[in-house]
Amino acid sequence: MCGTCGCGQEDEIRITKPGDEKQHDHVHSHEHEHDGENHSHAHTHTHSHNDGHEHHHHHEDDHGHHHHHHEDSREVVLEQDILHKNNLLAERNRGFFEARNIRAINMVSSPGSGKTTLLEKTITDMKGYIPFFIVEGDQQTMNDAKRIEATGAPVVQVNTGSGCHLDASMVNRAVKELEIAENSILVIENVGNLVCPAMFDLGEAYRVVVISVTEGDDKPIKYPDMFRTSNICIINKTDLLPYVDFDVEKAKDYALRVNHHLKFFELSAKSGEGMDAWYEWLKEC
Amino acid sequence: MQDKAQKMHELSIAMNIVEIVEENAAAANCKAVSEIDLEIGSMSGVVIEALQFALEEAVKSSIMESAVINIHEISARVKCIACAHEFEPEDIITPCPACGHLYADVIQGKEMKVRRITFFEELKNKE
Repeated sequence: MCGTCGCGQEDEIRITKPGDEKQHDHVHSHEHEHDGENHSHAHTHTHSHNDGHEHHHHHEDDHGHHHHHHEDSREVVLEQDILHKNNLLAERNRGFFEARNIRAINMVSSPGSGKTTLLEKTITDMKGYIPFFIVEGDQQTMNDAKRIEATGAPVVQVNTGSGCHLDASMVNRAVKELEIAENSILVIENVGNLVCPAMFDLGEAYRVVVISVTEGDDKPIKYPDMFRTSNICIINKTDLLPYVDFDVEKAKDYALRVNHHLKFFELSAKSGEGMDAWYEWLKEC
Repeated sequence: MQDKAQKMHELSIAMNIVEIVEENAAAANCKAVSEIDLEIGSMSGVVIEALQFALEEAVKSSIMESAVINIHEISARVKCIACAHEFEPEDIITPCPACGHLYADVIQGKEMKVRRITFFEELKNKE
């Protein structure tokens, strides 16, 4: 089934190297198999954590529906993580990266925080120190892959279509196209979205969340999941601080309340200020 | 409705749930599911209303199309890094009620699990 909309189409995800665009023209038509009567059948109940006695029944059609708690039913206690499959595949990715001494970074942020510019600058300035390989995630276009390609770093673009995040299987497929060298850094630039990518382990060694000073300084408490699951927080576009109301200390305080393990870099990919500390970290990570 | 569903990671979650249930049903040689129990932590990143909405779509034509789905919300619980006091925070920036420290580690609330599946046994000999 299609990982984004459940429509049975697997190929909405496109993985393309710059220059190969034309070969990947295929049509994605949504044909849903469940035809005929659209009788909605989801019977969901919500229980608060104390279990039971607080049933909020959302039955639209309660008729003809019975709870079968008698001898013809069988219970299986599973306790299985819902994202078990993604997590297993992420661990396979992680093992592959570790064995080849590839430091994998999952870079996440809202759209427009400057991830691609930060990467362009980083790759260019680190030439001769560490080889970079890049997986670009966006819903549509090859634009970011083309920008990265211009820096000389090998890059593969993953277009998720309507999908809001990358998952471990997309990264697995993309990495097979990339032919990553040993002793290198792989940066996976996730789809610009501070919500959904938080749940999906890609097999990275580090998760880096980027916020820019043109956003609100309360981002960390508005979107805590992403900050809670990250190791590094980059505060970008610091050259604009004189012109905006962003309070760096407040943003860091909020972020630390969500996740006190976070390490920060304040920098401007445009002016270059603060980039050295980031480069030092990359050399040692 | 489909358009709305496509934007949500909750639909991926819902589809994973259906997949897990179908795999387990196949392994147990069961043809129908009467009930499933899910555990969703309040810090898991899953919005329960969105998950319910997504499940309505995801269960269609699946083995759990008519199953009762019980969603158990697991509340957040954290442990103060200064005094080790454990508490349920009112919001994500609640200071420790014992010592006032601002930083804590999450010890409960990230759950996202299929806790239990209840199958119908084969009813060959009945009815």
